[in-house]
Amino acid sequence: MGSKPVLSSTIAGERLELAAVGSWTAVYSDLLERLVDPDTLPVSNIRRVAIDMTRVQELDTLGAWLLERLIRRSRDRGQEAEFVGLPEHYRGLIDQVHEVNRRAPSSRARANRLIAGLDSVGRAAAELKTDLIAFLDMLGALSGVIARVLVRPRTFRLTSAVHHMNRVGWQALPIMLLITFLIGGIIAQQGIFHFSKFGAETYVVDMVGILVLREFGVLIVSIMVAGRSGSAYTAELGSMKMREEIDALRTMGFDPVEVLILPRVLALVCALPILTFFGSMAALYGGGLVAWLYGGMSPSIFVARLREVISVTHFEVGMIKAPFMALVIGIIACSEGLLVKGSAESLGLRTTTSVVKSIFLVIVLDGVFAIFFASIGM
Amino acid sequence: MQASAEQVAISVRDLVVGFGDQVVLDHLSLDVRRGEILGLVGASGGGKSVLLRTIIGLIPKRQGRIEIMGMELEKATLQDMRSFGRRWGILYQQGALFSSLTVRQNVQFPMRENLEISLPLLDELATAKLEMVGLSPDDGDKFPAELSGGMTKRVALARALALDPEIVFLDEPTSGLDPIAAGDFDVLIRTLRQTFGLTVFMVTHDLDSLHTVCDRVAALADGKVVAVGPIANLLASEHPWVKSYFYGERARIRAHAVH
Repeated sequence: MGSKPVLSSTIAGERLELAAVGSWTAVYSDLLERLVDPDTLPVSNIRRVAIDMTRVQELDTLGAWLLERLIRRSRDRGQEAEFVGLPEHYRGLIDQVHEVNRRAPSSRARANRLIAGLDSVGRAAAELKTDLIAFLDMLGALSGVIARVLVRPRTFRLTSAVHHMNRVGWQALPIMLLITFLIGGIIAQQGIFHFSKFGAETYVVDMVGILVLREFGVLIVSIMVAGRSGSAYTAELGSMKMREEIDALRTMGFDPVEVLILPRVLALVCALPILTFFGSMAALYGGGLVAWLYGGMSPSIFVARLREVISVTHFEVGMIKAPFMALVIGIIACSEGLLVKGSAESLGLRTTTSVVKSIFLVIVLDGVFAIFFASIGM
Repeated sequence: MQASAEQVAISVRDLVVGFGDQVVLDHLSLDVRRGEILGLVGASGGGKSVLLRTIIGLIPKRQGRIEIMGMELEKATLQDMRSFGRRWGILYQQGALFSSLTVRQNVQFPMRENLEISLPLLDELATAKLEMVGLSPDDGDKFPAELSGGMTKRVALARALALDPEIVFLDEPTSGLDPIAAGDFDVLIRTLRQTFGLTVFMVTHDLDSLHTVCDRVAALADGKVVAVGPIANLLASEHPWVKSYFYGERARIRAHAVH
């Protein structure tokens, strides 16, 4: 490592002689920039500027560019400027920096803040429409593929579908059971705690049964699936898109919707009702356990009461919703995955959007179903 | 011929690298001298990239000793690693550009982290680097996803050179470039070597690069360096793999085309 860089200047009549000494490298980056501030140089009466390079120990792009910049500024002021005593092995570098930064990059105009804000609001609103179209587009493409597959069942990719069923169904089962079990227990505990104030503990069974079978079983499981499997679908398809795998499929004459998306969505549509069923059972089990251990209600009473108040209708309401939830999650996850662009950031963005959107839509859909079932008296 | 420690930039001794049961590099030794351009050739899947990645510390070795600029990488502290990061530049085969940053930000990234300079100067330097590798200043605002293969390589080289390193590792720098661009790249590397006294470790299959820019060429076969020296020595080598590499069908066609 060389010595600290120094730029000494002597004025001889109309001639300014600068001598660069020491190590003009990035190691001394902070020092160098202050040293070569063109504005601090004496300007008046100077006609010629010469930079003596003989005592430079080390030079890199940073140092060379700073000196080059100095020379350019001097020339802009109408002075003659040149390097003198340039060692031969630095000539290439000086020649190179002499060529660069001749043309300013065209800068992108920066918009007014207020306008930019309004602009982004407008774009977000317009995006709602494109989102809806993308959803319908994917739904349509999927329906088309299903129709094709029904005509020629051999084109259906069973292996892939089974593989995905294993991933989103079987492998998801333990965590779903655990979560729903805990939720059931918590509902029961809260119910017992508050209902016991007016001696209505037995109604805890009604609450747990109806809430779990109609709403929470399917809702909790759907939200979990959106977070667990929907995000995985988006990330998978997104990285396939990034690495041009989807383009490769398409040019080989395959329809990505048929090869990649149908098995995934179908796996979800099959797995989610099953997960919902087991999830609901686990929640009831958790509720019963808490009622027994915390509320002192024996399991036989719990089961008897459950039989009394819960009809098959409650169970049906929950189960009917499950495949629709799966469809929404699957379509959102896959269409978001296909929207991924080249950057890692866009993959992250799309995965987040996929999860947020599918959870939002699952809840909206649940509300719509609630109105529907109420009006048909289920 | 044993070069003295002063002149050796990278020294690899008795290196063994493997994955599972498979041994990729088998007691390999190689010296890269300061200021030279060393080309590494070898069969596809023969361990060239593994050697490069082992030298820069991305793949753990089973045995042996690697010294870079007189320091052993595995004994390096975090501080040393940072200083290594400043002293070497690496051009990955696929570019490995940060996809969420623009081209200019990619080139500025090492400078921003290591140098204390003002923003305007940072911009000027980044533009300078981009122009040095033959890109236009307007390319600076593009994102890596918008670049062609050749441009990606150039940006990656600009980033590798951002801090004017002492050693650059190039993993197939000219693959995927048209012959003119590849030729420009060779000239560029030679100019940079001349101006910075750069040591270049280059994995390549480009016979033209081997002939025009490499001071020495090392041939990797069966996990070992089977021949190393100026290209003329390799052409005279009796090793069967080296012979078929340089005197195979494609090499012959090329030689005919040249003469």
